[in-house]
Amino acid sequence: MARTADVVVIGGGIHGCSTALHLALRGLRPILIEKDYAGRHASGVNAGGVRQLARDIAEIPLSISSMDLWEHIQELVGDDCGFESHGTVLVAENDEELASFRARVDDLRLKGFTHEELIGRDELKRLVPAVSDHCPGGVVSRRDGAADPFRSTQAFRKRAIEKGAEVLEGVTVTGLSRVGDVWRVETSDGPIDAPKVVNAAGAWADRIAAMLGEPVPLTVVAPMLMVTSRVAPFIQPVVILRGRKLSFKQLGNGTVVIGGGHLATPYRDRNETVIDWEKLSLSARTVWELFPVMRQATIVRAWAGIEAYMPDGIPVVGPSSTSEGVYHQFGFSTHGFQLGPGTGAMMAELVATGATNVPIDGLGITRFQSR
Amino acid sequence: MTQASDLASSYELVVIGGGPAGLAAASLAARAGVQTVLFDENPGVGGQIYRGITANPVKNRSILGEDYWAGAALAAEVKASGALVVNGATVWSLDQTKLVGVSIAGKARLIQAGRVIIATGSLERPFPVPGWTLPGVMTAGAAQTALKAQGLVPSGRTVLAGCGPLLWLLAAQMLRAGAKIEAILDTSSRINWLRALLFLPDFMLSPYWSKGLKLLREVKAKVPVIRIESVEAAGKSKLEEVVYVTGGEERRVRADLLLLHHGVVPNVNLANAAGVAHRWNERQLCFEPILDADFGSSVPGIAVAGDGAGIAGGTAAAERGRIAAIAAVRALKPGGSVADPQTVRQSLQREEMGRFFLDWLYRPADSFRRPEGDTIVCRCEEVTAQQVRDMAAMGCEGPNQMKAFLRCGMGPCQGRLCGLTVTELIAAERHMTPSDVGYYRLRPPVKPIMLSELASLPIAEAERKAVER
Repeated sequence: MARTADVVVIGGGIHGCSTALHLALRGLRPILIEKDYAGRHASGVNAGGVRQLARDIAEIPLSISSMDLWEHIQELVGDDCGFESHGTVLVAENDEELASFRARVDDLRLKGFTHEELIGRDELKRLVPAVSDHCPGGVVSRRDGAADPFRSTQAFRKRAIEKGAEVLEGVTVTGLSRVGDVWRVETSDGPIDAPKVVNAAGAWADRIAAMLGEPVPLTVVAPMLMVTSRVAPFIQPVVILRGRKLSFKQLGNGTVVIGGGHLATPYRDRNETVIDWEKLSLSARTVWELFPVMRQATIVRAWAGIEAYMPDGIPVVGPSSTSEGVYHQFGFSTHGFQLGPGTGAMMAELVATGATNVPIDGLGITRFQSR
Repeated sequence: MTQASDLASSYELVVIGGGPAGLAAASLAARAGVQTVLFDENPGVGGQIYRGITANPVKNRSILGEDYWAGAALAAEVKASGALVVNGATVWSLDQTKLVGVSIAGKARLIQAGRVIIATGSLERPFPVPGWTLPGVMTAGAAQTALKAQGLVPSGRTVLAGCGPLLWLLAAQMLRAGAKIEAILDTSSRINWLRALLFLPDFMLSPYWSKGLKLLREVKAKVPVIRIESVEAAGKSKLEEVVYVTGGEERRVRADLLLLHHGVVPNVNLANAAGVAHRWNERQLCFEPILDADFGSSVPGIAVAGDGAGIAGGTAAAERGRIAAIAAVRALKPGGSVADPQTVRQSLQREEMGRFFLDWLYRPADSFRRPEGDTIVCRCEEVTAQQVRDMAAMGCEGPNQMKAFLRCGMGPCQGRLCGLTVTELIAAERHMTPSDVGYYRLRPPVKPIMLSELASLPIAEAERKAVER
C-alpha cells in the first residue's frame, strides 16, 4: 500500500520547505522528500543575500512578496533567521556604469517599481564609507539585507513539520507516474500517492521534469564563496558590482563573505565541488582594489553550493505543461534564496486554488519548448 | 631558499609534509628518477618527531634521546636524493584533480601534481577539560615543540596530565633538560589493562617494550604519578591551580604550567578536503583515511602515508612513506628501480607491532573525551559542551549542521581542536556511533591564507584584463 498525501514536494531547499510550510498553513497535508538533508546544498550554503536589487522584471513581483515575508520572518517561522536589513548597494565603478544604472532605475519607475534608488558619490560614501574613491555612485535597495541561509532553511523545515507537514530526509525519488487520478511518486522509501506534486529539486529538478516528458535545458553550477577571519566592523549594506563579479558582505560577527558568481566545478552525483582558485584570486584582486581595509584579512574557508542555472537566468515557476497537478519551482539561477518565502506562499496558493495573485508571467516551463 | 616563483607549474610527485613519511617517500621516489617536490611548512625538515633535526639548539644529545637523532639520516637521505625540498611552504589546498595550492613567503602558487603523497602526520587529540583555555595550560606537544625548536624548558611549577607514550617521553626529556615536574596526573583507567593484556605478548616482542619500561622507570623515580578520575585548570586570568579527583577525593596543586596530552590522532584535514573517504577507528577513537595496501586513498593518485594513515609512530611512518613512494614510482616510471616492497612491508610489520597494546592501554576514558556543562569545546568560536549537547538533543544530527547552528569548527583552526569532541558528543546524545555521525566536511583553504596571497596567484592574461581597471 502506498502512503498518501495531499501534495508531494520534491526537494528540501528553502523553496521546498517554504512551499511545504505554506501548504500546511492552508490545511493541506504535504510530504516533503529530500535526498540528503534540508539545506544541504545551495539553500544552506549560499551568501545569504536577501536582495530585491538588480532582478529580472519577471521575478520582481515574487521578490517583493518575499521581502514582505522576510520582514516578518519571526512571525512566520518562529526564528529571526539571522535576518538583518541594511540595504544592498550596487556600486558603479565608472560614469558609464552609473549611466546604465540610471536608465534601469528610470525603466523600473515606468513599470511601477520603486525599490531601486539611484545614488551619487556622497550617498554612496555615506552608506559604504570604506568603498574606494574611484566609484561615482550606484543604486540602493534600502529594504534589502541578509540572513543566515542554513538557519533559515531549517527554520522553514521545522515550522512546516510543526504545522503538519511530513519531511522525509535521505530519501530519493526514483519514478513519477499517473495511477488513476493521483500521482504515484516512487521513492527509495516506498511509493507515495498524491493528487499534486511540486518539483523543487534544485540542481536535480531536470531529472524530475524529464520523468514528466518535458526536458529542460538546466545547467548544474556551483557558485563559490569565501569567508575571512573577523575584521573590525566597517560596512553594513551588502555590496555588489556589475562589471566585475563581486558580492561582498560583513556579517555581525565581523567575518566577511565574498562571492559574486565565479563558479566551481560541480559533481552533482557525488555532492561534491572542486574550487577554482584562479577565479577566487580574481575576487581577491577585486576586493583588494575596492576595499583597501581588507588587504590584510585572512581567508578562512572557501566553498560552493550545487544549484541549477537556466539559459535565461530566471527560474521555472508554474504548472507543468504535460502533467496535470504537477508544478515546477526550480532553476533559480544563483539568486533564489531571497525568493524562497514568497514563492512558497505563491506556490501553495497555486496548488490549493489553481490560481495566484502574484504575477509569474514569463517564468513558465513552456518558454523552453520549441513551438 | 626556494621561492614561489622558482617552482615549476607541475611535478610528477608532490609530497606534503617533511616528517619521516614524507622524507622517506620523497627520497625513494627522487632516487628512482621521479621528478619530486616536497613541501614542508616548517623552517627545517623533520616533522614533529624529528623537529629541528637539521638545526637543533639542544646540544646534549641524551636530552632528546637517540631515537630523535635517527631523524638526521632521513634528512641527509632526502638531501642527496635529488628531490626538491621546499621549507616554509604551506599547502592550503588539494583537490581531486591533484591541484595543490601552496604559499611560500606570502606568495601563492597552484601546482599540478601527477601524484600526491599526503604525509601531514598527526595532531594531539583534543583534551577539553574545565579551564583548558586559560593561559598557562597547553598541550604536551606544544611544550615538546618549544624544547626541540628553541631549546626552551619550563621554569615554574609544572604539572602533566593525561596518558600515552608521548606524555612519558616528554616528561623524561623535560627532566633530562633540568625541568622540575610537580606531578603526573595519569588519566588511563585500570580497565584499559584488561583489554590491553591480550596484546601484551605482541608488545613484548616490539622495540617499544624495553624502551618503554626504561622510560617509565626513569620518570617514576623523580616524579609522583597519581591516577586520577577528573582534572581541571583553575585560576582567574591565568592558571593558578590544578584541581583533580583521585580515589573519589578532590585535591589541588599549585601550578604555573599544566601540560595536557591524550595521545595523537591523524591530521585528516587536507585529505578530507581533497575528498578522501575516511572511517572511524574505534580502537584509536579517531577518523582515518580508507587506504589500500599501498596507502592509496579513495581518490586516484592520492596516497596518505605516515601517522596521517593511522597512528603507528615515526619509524613505521618512514616505511609507510616508502611503500606509498614505490607505488608512485611504479605508476610514473614503470622502469624505475626501487626497493623490494616485500622487504619494506616486513619492516613495517615489525614497526607496527605492539601498537594494539599501546592503543588499548592509553585509550582515554569517555569522561575525558565527552565534556559537560560550560567546558569549552570549540576554542575559536567559544562553544561549550552543553551547547553542543543541547543542539544534538534538539535534533541536530551531524557536525556539519552543528557548524551552521553554533559555528563550532568554523574558526581558523578548521575544527582541528574540536572535531572529534563534537562528533563524540553528538554520538553520545543521539545514541549513534561516531561512524554514523561522521566528521566535519572540511573546506579549503585548510590553512588560512591572506587575501593578499590569494590575490598574488598568477592568472591567465585574458582574465587579468577582465578585472583590471
